[in-house]
Order: sequence, then structure tokens, then C-alpha cells
Amino acid sequence: MCGATKGGLSVAGIDVTKEAVIQGRVLRGGTPVAGAYVRLLDSGGEFTAEVPTSATGHFRFFAGDGAWTLRTLAPGAQTDRRVVATRGNVAEIDVELEAA
Amino acid sequence: MSRQEVLVDADWVAEHATDDNIVLIEVDEDTTAYDGGHIAGAIKLDWRTDLQDPVRRDFVNKEQFEKLLSEKGVSNDDTVVLYGGNNNWFAAYAYWYFKLYGHNDVRLLNGGRKKWELEARELSAETVTRPATSYTASEQNLQIRAFRDEVVEAIGKKSLVDVRSPDEFAGRLLAPAHLPQEQSQRGGHIPTAVNVPWSKAANDDGTFKSDDELKQIYSEAGVDWDGDIIAYCRIGERSAHSWFVLQELLGQKNVKNYDGSWTEYGSLVGVPVAVGDEPGTL
Repeated sequence: MCGATKGGLSVAGIDVTKEAVIQGRVLRGGTPVAGAYVRLLDSGGEFTAEVPTSATGHFRFFAGDGAWTLRTLAPGAQTDRRVVATRGNVAEIDVELEAA
Repeated sequence: MSRQEVLVDADWVAEHATDDNIVLIEVDEDTTAYDGGHIAGAIKLDWRTDLQDPVRRDFVNKEQFEKLLSEKGVSNDDTVVLYGGNNNWFAAYAYWYFKLYGHNDVRLLNGGRKKWELEARELSAETVTRPATSYTASEQNLQIRAFRDEVVEAIGKKSLVDVRSPDEFAGRLLAPAHLPQEQSQRGGHIPTAVNVPWSKAANDDGTFKSDDELKQIYSEAGVDWDGDIIAYCRIGERSAHSWFVLQELLGQKNVKNYDGSWTEYGSLVGVPVAVGDEPGTL
């Protein structure tokens, strides 16, 4: 996969110098979870975006510089993870859900 | 309007999806979502290819809308129940669109596709076709649609409600953060607009908050309930969600959705733009 980073989503076609990318996977017991909902909250806790995870458990956001929270919802599980994003970088983060 | 007339829950859909006069329709931003699995019996509308003119930036016209719904098998007296991903953003957009063309009985599935999935309810990959009908649309109801000149004229006079996220309102982001940020329009908001993110109206599972909570949210933001209200976002889908809250749930009769929204306004030559977290002045 051209442009792949650390086994994460390919960033081919994205000008990462202009984007503060936050991406990763949602896992339960190490297994990717498809169709989980990952919500990006700003530093004030306000909703900024939300995506369902792909068939391989992946998600991706184009944020701005600063501190963000990833709130993940899946059947029977909810978890928050903090992440810092900076323009020109790809923040890779795996969200581990509690085993239901 | 009241909540009972415009919202249905998942149990209602499970019970009534196959009734003769019910048409269940999924509308998503990710137009491939439906193909991967949908609520049994639901047909699909593609907000881009079905509802937008393929050349100009505008909606399909009355005749095109009639042809679309006739081919999809929707009748004028059917109850149309809409749902979708993104907390029903595009389903609410389609709801507003059906109202624009005068469909009588339209409802939203509260919580949309997300709540359905979070409850681990069943999805079907089966192809759904309905027998063709002969649908008749009304002329567009422009009481619920605002255009750019009216919006510019409304600065400082009417309640402008920017329903994007605080970072988009302030100009720190140019699009919702699931989309790349490199966009052609300028960052910021229409001066004097208040920022009431659409998400304040919804719970985490995508369902709408109670009427009392909703009323309080907009009141605290300074929305004038006695005056005209114009809601906007980036392309008009999140503001259709807020339009639904204001007009269909709270019963306001003077609410318009500006579907040109920030992708139009933020590209206009010569109009005032405010940046930062405050509404700003003209």
C-alpha cells in the first residue's frame, strides 16, 4: 500500500503537510471492530466530527493543532482517549475497548 | 408539528417497515453505507446524484424530483420515514427537501442508523425495489429555503444560526473534521450569527434532546423566537438537522435553511466575514 504508515491507513493522495491527521483503529481484545462510532471532541468537549470505523476497524480525522478527545461508541462499550494533533503530522492511535 | 408526528423510534420501524403506505428511505453522506447493509425494506436516495442537479449547483427541479420519486416507487400519500448515518444529517436534509417539494407525511427515525447499529439491530443486504408510481410534487416552498442575498440582508437584523462546530465557526477549521481541511472558501462566519452546533440538539446516540432542553439551548444562545431565523452550516445538511429541530420539533414557523451555506458565503466577493468565537458586528 503506497504511502502507508506503521500499518495504519494509507495517506496517499492527502497533502499531510497541510493537515493535522488523527487516525487509527478501534480494537476489542486486539481484534479490529468494524462499525464502531468514533467522535472527535474539541478542547471544550464540543462535537467536531464523527465517523463509523471501516471493515478493518480504521478511522481518520483532519483536525487542527491542539488537544482533542476521541469518544468511541460501540454496542455495550464507550471509551474516551485524548490525543494531540499538529499540522504536518499523522497521529496514529489505537483505541482499545473493554471486552464486553 | 409535534414530536409524535415527525419522529419514529426503532421499534416502530421494526413493526411498520413493511406496511403498504410506509416508505423507508436511507440517506447517507457515505453513499456506499446502504449497500453494505440497510434496514430491511429500505430504499436508498443518494443525496448527491439523486437530489442535486448534475451540472449547476442547485437541487433537481420539480419535474426531476417527480421522476425520481415515481421511479423509486414513492406515492404522494405515503408516509416517508428517513434515516441515515452522521446522526441523521443527510436524512434531515432529505426531510427538509421532501418538505420543500410539499410531501405531506415525512418522519425521521430518531437516532438514525447509528442508534440502530449500537442496539445491534439487524441490517439486510437484500435489494429493495418498489413498483413505480406517478408522483406529483409542489412548487418549492421558499418559506423554508434562504438564498444568499436574503442572508446578507439579514445580518444584524434576523437570527442567523451557524450550526457548525466551534472551530469552524471561529475559522480554525474549514470543514467538519472527517473531511480534508484544504478548502477554497475563507474561514469564519457570517457577522452577528450565533454559534449553536447542531450536536447540542442531539444525545450521543444521535437521538434528539427533549423539547425543553432544545428550547433552552437556543434561548441561551440568543435566538429571537419572535423573529425570522436562518440556519446555515457548510453545505446545508447539518443546518437541515437544526431546521428540523426549530421548525418541526419546536414548532417555529419562521425558520429557513440556507443551503448555500458556508461553501457559498465563504466564497462570495465583498461580503463581511467575522472570525473568532464571538458573533461579531456588521
